[in-house]
Amino acid sequence: MKVFKIEPLAALLLLACAPGVASAADLAAGTDLKTVVAEMKASFSERGDVKLDRIDQSAMQKACSQAEMTGKPLSKEQVAEIAAEALASVKLPADGQYLGDWKAGEKVAQSGKGLQYSDKPGAPAGGNCYACHQMTKSEISFGNIGPSLLHYGAVRGSDKQIMEYTWSKIYNSHASSACSAMPRFGAAGILTEAQIKDVMALLFDPKSPVNDDTAKP
Amino acid sequence: MKKQMLTAIALVLGASLSPLSLAQAQTTADGIAQYREMLGEGGNPADLIVMTGQELWNEKRGSKNASLEKCDLGMGEGVVKDAYAHMPRYFKDSGRVMDLESRLLYCMVNLQGMDADKIIKNAMSGSGEYATDMESLVGYVVSESHGTPIDPPQGDQHERDAYERGKQIFFFRGGPYDFSCATCHSTTGQRIRLQDLPNLTESGPARQAYSSWPAYRVSQGALRTMQWRLKDCFKQQRMPVLKYGSQTSVDLTMFLAVNAKGGEMAAPGLKR
Repeated sequence: MKVFKIEPLAALLLLACAPGVASAADLAAGTDLKTVVAEMKASFSERGDVKLDRIDQSAMQKACSQAEMTGKPLSKEQVAEIAAEALASVKLPADGQYLGDWKAGEKVAQSGKGLQYSDKPGAPAGGNCYACHQMTKSEISFGNIGPSLLHYGAVRGSDKQIMEYTWSKIYNSHASSACSAMPRFGAAGILTEAQIKDVMALLFDPKSPVNDDTAKP
Repeated sequence: MKKQMLTAIALVLGASLSPLSLAQAQTTADGIAQYREMLGEGGNPADLIVMTGQELWNEKRGSKNASLEKCDLGMGEGVVKDAYAHMPRYFKDSGRVMDLESRLLYCMVNLQGMDADKIIKNAMSGSGEYATDMESLVGYVVSESHGTPIDPPQGDQHERDAYERGKQIFFFRGGPYDFSCATCHSTTGQRIRLQDLPNLTESGPARQAYSSWPAYRVSQGALRTMQWRLKDCFKQQRMPVLKYGSQTSVDLTMFLAVNAKGGEMAAPGLKR
């Protein structure tokens, strides 16, 4: 996965409007994006609250897919557009309090539940942070798609600026890196505001196992 | 009866040697290596399912009381040897590009007179259940390509289109998590937790991954097919339910197979 920061100008999304190659009458003819989307809609079925509208791409999803497939970086304009839209989606905590309970945050970080058709509809989702990030010394089963967050608060401090940045990163990661692989935990409604506060506490509380290697999760 | 006994043996083997119980394996790959050692050289509980599949292939079944010996997997009627390594492919009789499973379905319906909906409904076994007829047949056909280089045909326009669409599907970001296949499978050296994620856009890891599926999944005590693999991936992507044998599944398989071209088939594999 490439993440597009500020990149030089590049060709725009040609594929979406390129004509299909084959024109045979059978169902699977052609290769343009419209054909692919129609094919995908016919290839999946709905279950519970997981509907076919999950195949409808947002402008961001479409732009990122094309850039990643073609290897052509996004244009400056595209990056700016995605970042601006993402930033506008970020809701800072209504009461101005960024930090909840790190113990609850650790549970959110461990849980990969949520929004799959095999999950109970409406049940609280997890953040599954450990799937991609190292966070604590005690949890050795962590992924490496994202950077290590070990000692996150201890290294960065906890002034207003870094708290706001981190909140927005969790809420909608595209605000700071367009086409990030990280889900938009706030903007997409995966985690609640209270859950994000708990994850924030896990990252910033000096007593949490992220910052204190001797702390017990 | 013989079929049930064979599968029962496979289940017992699978359950008694769970890699989860192995002492502190550093990665999933290490755990599987230890498990393989315990089974003995080349051991795989799927071998027994393969034998069941061979019996099923030759058995007269369905309302037409026919075996699958007239089924053309692309190498001629009844030819199983090396067929899987040359799939998916375009079939003139159906006018479609098909993977092994959609082709078997086609043969079971058209040659044996079986009910498509029923086959699809029962295609995948539950955790710890006996292998389904489809799983057994897949195991048999796949094992007959053991050691054969992966070489899906791209000579026909339908086949090239399937690859092109499969590529777009692989990179298609969607759903509430914005994931595509590429999110996890287009960078070398990535892991989810301790699970290694093959970079399926690179020849080396694509060959290794593709050649080892279908595979016996130890944690589930079942032979899992490529259709199962893709369905479960899409589930984790938070997408809806992938239909069995759907065009999307076939196109994506074509993309993966072409990327893995030249690798030697080593399936059924053995997975965590």
